[in-house]
Amino acid sequence: MEIVRSQTKASGPGVIPTIPLYRCAPALEVRLEDFEVFAIDRLRVLKGISDGLSRGKKSDEMEKLVTHFWKSNMKHPISSEVTNKDIISHFVLRLVYCRTEEFRKWFLSIETTLFRYRFQLQTSDVQRALMAEFELPYKAVGNVEYEGLKDKLTQVARSIGQSLPSGNAVFYKVPFEEVPELVATRKVYIQKGHAYVAMNQVVSLVVTQFRSHLSKALVLTNRKWTSMIREKESDRLTPIVEALATSYLGPDYSQPKEFAEISLKDIDQVAKSSFPLCMRHLFEKLREDHHLKHGGRMQLGLFLKGVGLPLDDALVFWKSEFSRKVGTERFDKEYAYGIRHNYGKEGKRVDYTPYSCQKIISSTPGVGDHHGCPYRHFSEENLRAALGKMGVSSRALEDVIDKARNKHYQLACTLTFEAVHNSSCDAGVNHPNQYFSDSQSILKGG
Amino acid sequence: MTGEVENGRDDMVIDEPQAESMRINAVPDGFNPNYLKVYYGKLFPHADIFRWMSYGTDGKHPGCDQSFFGRREFSFTLDNDIYLRFQSFNSASDMENAIKEKCPFKIDIGPVYSVDPAKRHAYAQAGDNVFTPVERELVFDIDMTDYDDVRYCCSGADVCLDCWPLMTIAIKVLDASLRDDFGFNHILWVFSGRRGVHCWVCDAKARRLNNEQRAAVAEYFRVYKGNENSQKKVSLMGQALHPFLARSYTNVLKDFFERKLLSSQQLLSEERYEKILDMIPDEGITSELRGKWQDNRRSSMAKEDINVFRWDQLKHLLQSGKQKAPGVRRCVEEIVFSHAYPRIDMEVSKHMNHLLKAPFCVHPKTGRVCVPIDPDRCEEFDPTNVPTLSKLLGEINMGLRTEGDEWDATSLGQSVRYFRSSFLQPLLKSCKEEIESSFIAKKEQSRNSLTW
Ligand code: SF4
Ligand SMILES: [Zn+2]
Repeated sequence: MEIVRSQTKASGPGVIPTIPLYRCAPALEVRLEDFEVFAIDRLRVLKGISDGLSRGKKSDEMEKLVTHFWKSNMKHPISSEVTNKDIISHFVLRLVYCRTEEFRKWFLSIETTLFRYRFQLQTSDVQRALMAEFELPYKAVGNVEYEGLKDKLTQVARSIGQSLPSGNAVFYKVPFEEVPELVATRKVYIQKGHAYVAMNQVVSLVVTQFRSHLSKALVLTNRKWTSMIREKESDRLTPIVEALATSYLGPDYSQPKEFAEISLKDIDQVAKSSFPLCMRHLFEKLREDHHLKHGGRMQLGLFLKGVGLPLDDALVFWKSEFSRKVGTERFDKEYAYGIRHNYGKEGKRVDYTPYSCQKIISSTPGVGDHHGCPYRHFSEENLRAALGKMGVSSRALEDVIDKARNKHYQLACTLTFEAVHNSSCDAGVNHPNQYFSDSQSILKGG
Repeated sequence: MTGEVENGRDDMVIDEPQAESMRINAVPDGFNPNYLKVYYGKLFPHADIFRWMSYGTDGKHPGCDQSFFGRREFSFTLDNDIYLRFQSFNSASDMENAIKEKCPFKIDIGPVYSVDPAKRHAYAQAGDNVFTPVERELVFDIDMTDYDDVRYCCSGADVCLDCWPLMTIAIKVLDASLRDDFGFNHILWVFSGRRGVHCWVCDAKARRLNNEQRAAVAEYFRVYKGNENSQKKVSLMGQALHPFLARSYTNVLKDFFERKLLSSQQLLSEERYEKILDMIPDEGITSELRGKWQDNRRSSMAKEDINVFRWDQLKHLLQSGKQKAPGVRRCVEEIVFSHAYPRIDMEVSKHMNHLLKAPFCVHPKTGRVCVPIDPDRCEEFDPTNVPTLSKLLGEINMGLRTEGDEWDATSLGQSVRYFRSSFLQPLLKSCKEEIESSFIAKKEQSRNSLTW
């Protein structure tokens, strides 16, 4: 089994565990289940980091958050497998996220953040070992040079509220463009194009390397994916990779609830109080037009299944509306099958689980369609009107609009949730069914 | 025609009432399109601009990338605000002819792209990001309007010799840091034609910085916190100043502030001293100073400038041994920084594809030529004495020239000569060396890879 270098070193006895740099793909056999499961576990970590960042968490909060998500998702019962899981999951997600510019950007920035915090949590011995592994061409500043610069280095340290470590502090002399973040914040001394980077700042140096390596690698992976992998793996990996790209990572909403959280007689009332805007909109349109096009039927139908509307009730529900438009006969012939089908398939198949926000947000509703995420797909004017109808106060409304404008659709939805329920929603909105159950537990608990 | 306007600066469009723009300009008929035609025909140094923009790639050496100049974006602002972006030229004569024919009111220079920008649409189908900027000078734009809260002599588009020192300071501070801190050598400073300066850093390393790295350099220079809608405020934290700020303070800011700005802007006069007292976070001190200043208003201060006198009092109080709180001691520096430290337009520097007006353009409002400024002698530069179009044409008409270039005998001569000898020649020399050495390195590499 051929694995990246850091792994072989790390697994040896008495060697400090370290972080893999993902320099080359693991040449080990990966079981298909592991392939998917590992990737989903890592995706949970990345998603957690991404949410943390978009919620504006500070650096120390991020450090805790990264540690928490890593610990709770990236364990493996066999300790020697932990690093393998790390490496495999990373490479699987490369395949998933190499395929569009937007994906690549997201993956690059989140993986880099993950790496930064993991690196910072290592001891300085490990950090030094990692630096060596990057084969950075920088040497520590020698004694003579150090003495000559000591005053300036002290001055910089004091300007950022630190003091120079006593004795021989280790500094690296690097081209200033390798440490843009340290330059931008004037945290380094710069002379003739060289920045003098203190040992406790090398993380920026390493992160720059990590990012630029990964960035190039993603472009290459994309090329390989389109030129061969997709074709070659069309019945094995490709469907998994494609499903992962839109997958949702919260609790499993694929199985109908054992106890219906919702029954036909109070569905209208529940729709008003606990449906997220995307579902509320579909629901109202259905009541109004007695019809929904396919995309809308899927989005709402699977959602209703997820919140526990039993199949029989679902048939009654859809029939009562559609028959007014197309007649009972046509409903039974053309539409009932689809509804039964949604319920008929169990688990596994991604398509028949309720749609996640990510999937809904990335859908592309066309003319006559009402599915999609209103925060993304509505015009600002329509969104304002819809939010007003939900009872969002005008102050909260501006915040929501602002988030939507900045493309933070799920945050906009979270703020709406908070405004409507007058209660916070710390986990954010990731899934319409989660919105629903969070709402119900507030309403019932209160 | 695309209406994309990357460069939203004032001087791009001509929208102000005529009267206002004339204040700086002694010659009333400072600008007109016919003059401009003569200017482009006889005076504009086309060949020098071409050689600059070629960075040595127009040479005979086999390492020269012949496509280089042709991938550079130029954009023209014509009469009537017609804006032509993504112009490109294959040769010096191509460029010269286009300029002479179109007679642009303004020429902007953009980045060098991966492919010829005029043909960008043909590449658009080919997949993602084929058309992308690959090189661009690191540029800075400093505009006097950004100083309106600290200058009282003029406002908006006007400048005079009382506020111009703010630009001199900017040149001195940035030029020193670009050379000493960042290690750049090929730096061109240019008068923007009315009320500011532009800086072009042309070292190969500067041209290849990515946006993040450009932003880092620009941020390094920034001391103002807060945004457009809040009062610009300097806050100098920490127990010491970063060496760059400390050096700027002792070498440039302090001296200019005390020697020039204090009295030229009357910063501690009756109407203005409250604004400065506002910056001192200690009630006791401010009321003591206020008391003193209300008194000495009455006494005659004939022998010394009152602003300087008061400044000494203020410094004495703030920096005396009694003041323990670092915030109070730092206050003197903060006041100086607030009134004198360079304010650069961050957006212009941060993005590779930002356009910037070419040197030697003529400002359509003032009629003044955007001439280079020698940073070593920037104190001597007088914006009100820069050659205007009408003056230059007058000089041509006098027929002083006997042989050689037309500009040589005009007051533009010294500017072109400076551009050539102090900027262009050393630049091209280093470009040539780089082309040769990278050619050799490439050959080495291909030889090595063959033996594999
Ligand atoms: S964020 Fe999710 S739950 Fe909210 S409206 Fe959009 S898709 Fe629906
Ligand atoms: Zn003035």
